Amino acid sequence: MNTTTFSKTRIVSLAVLAVIFVVLAILPVITQGYTITLVTDILRYAILAVAWVLFSGPTGYMSLATAAFYGLGFYIAAIANGPLPFALAIIVAGIAAFVVALLIGGLTLRLKGVYFTIFTFAVVLLINNVVLEIERVVTSTRGRFVETETTQAAYWAMFLVAVLTIVVCVLIRRSRYGLALQSIGEYEEAARHSGINVVRTKVLIFAIGSVFMGMAGAIIATRRTYIDPGIAFNLNTSFLPVLMALFGGVSNLVGPVIGAAVFTYLADFLLSTFPDLFMLIFGVVLILAIVFMPNGIIGLAQQVWQKIRGGRRAPA
Amino acid sequence: MHLLEGEGVSRNFGGLAAVADVDFYVDEGEILGLIGPNGAGKTTLFNLISAALKPTRGTVTYEGKEITKLPPHKICRLGIARTFQTVKIFPHLPVVRNVMVGSLFGTGKHMSEAEASRKAEEALDFVSLTSLKNVPAGDLTLANQKRLEVARALATEPRLLMLDELMAGLTHTEIDEAMGDIAQIRSSGITVIMIEHVMHAIMNICDRIIVLDHGRKIADGTPAEIAVNQDVIECYLGQDADSDEDLDDDSDFGDEDHAES
Repeated sequence: MNTTTFSKTRIVSLAVLAVIFVVLAILPVITQGYTITLVTDILRYAILAVAWVLFSGPTGYMSLATAAFYGLGFYIAAIANGPLPFALAIIVAGIAAFVVALLIGGLTLRLKGVYFTIFTFAVVLLINNVVLEIERVVTSTRGRFVETETTQAAYWAMFLVAVLTIVVCVLIRRSRYGLALQSIGEYEEAARHSGINVVRTKVLIFAIGSVFMGMAGAIIATRRTYIDPGIAFNLNTSFLPVLMALFGGVSNLVGPVIGAAVFTYLADFLLSTFPDLFMLIFGVVLILAIVFMPNGIIGLAQQVWQKIRGGRRAPA
Repeated sequence: MHLLEGEGVSRNFGGLAAVADVDFYVDEGEILGLIGPNGAGKTTLFNLISAALKPTRGTVTYEGKEITKLPPHKICRLGIARTFQTVKIFPHLPVVRNVMVGSLFGTGKHMSEAEASRKAEEALDFVSLTSLKNVPAGDLTLANQKRLEVARALATEPRLLMLDELMAGLTHTEIDEAMGDIAQIRSSGITVIMIEHVMHAIMNICDRIIVLDHGRKIADGTPAEIAVNQDVIECYLGQDADSDEDLDDDSDFGDEDHAES
């Protein structure tokens, strides 16, 4: 790899990151209302997509359990926000998601391929029904009220969790665990026989990703006054981040962030401009994206970049 | 004490005894050959030692400790490394990262990335793949992919290396090179068990040979003894002795499928 171009690209991308960071950090100061809500939403999906890619990207284990951890965050917020400070409630949600993910991971990660996917899908339905049943027996109600937070507070929290998610995921990907996950995705049996504790690695990373999903759920819950299992464990939360990640590209972490931003904005724009045709247009866009950008926006960008440079080397 | 010892090792697949009541041992510094017709249970035996499969019965002991119930990554970290009959590399990772998996995770000691990378380079140097270290492993030729597997195994710092048909599918020159490599691996103090169908290689470099047939051990001795063993000749050549080409057939029926399950 050419070191000079590498460091130049690096400086440029760091500068871009710094600008984005500063703009997002002071956003509630410079604007209010709708923009804040939209960006909170983008950050939420960026967290979910990045956390999903952390585990599912390199390993190829397509998890649909996102809604389970996210919904768990909702319930932790309903129970803990108020009695505990907002920040603490978010942390508790992360811990709860971690513990539940360890259990679910321990059970499901012995399965492979489509079986794993179906099981994680089923887990969401299971938890949904278990919570529904517990509420019926214990509290004789269907839903709960959540102690709300202001738009600004939710934004700050979402921003901080997004930064945390990205930093942790980047560090993990660059660590030895990143290599372990990649090798598991490439050839699990060979990884196992090369000394990798495959089960432990998979379960641990799966659980770490779930922490951020739980945190994002806890924050969003405080923007709803009322939640019930159907809202908390909505299966869209499992599917959308996957689509966004694929839309953006799963080969690195920039892809899911861009995917989440474009996707969320597009959905919002279509929904407000063409409320009746929203699903139709959205579906067509999605199909076109999958057909013409099999490696996501990032993959497309890399192709274009390669053409511009005319070289055969893959960009960093 | 033997380096590795198996007692009554058996494995059934349904009603089929893939490996039946096999006793074996390897001593430190040996090159042990494992031969037998297709479907004899050679790869299954490797899978039982490396814990890809659990034995139905019997025990495997390594350095005097029973390892039968350990998971594969622990066996690797204890010092038993293996390669696979059909290469199992990480095709989209660069060659050097493939080997680093071995040095980072397989040695049983904590290693910094820099150290692991240095060890990986050493192993690549040993198998003469240094010039290809940044190429995605899937782009290598079969011979080089097999070298890569050996490098990855060596990077785990094994005391015992199990080679499953390293030479199958290689040209004559490549086979000669592989034989040289194996001799050099042994002289660096690593014990070797090898499954092989290339008879002149087996006969030339092995100190001792175990012959399996239908899951049972039918002979165990020096190459010279094996070459004249009546049971071995019969199992390979049958009574009418007209199909000696079978010896080079490299599709080992059955074993691979089981290994995947």
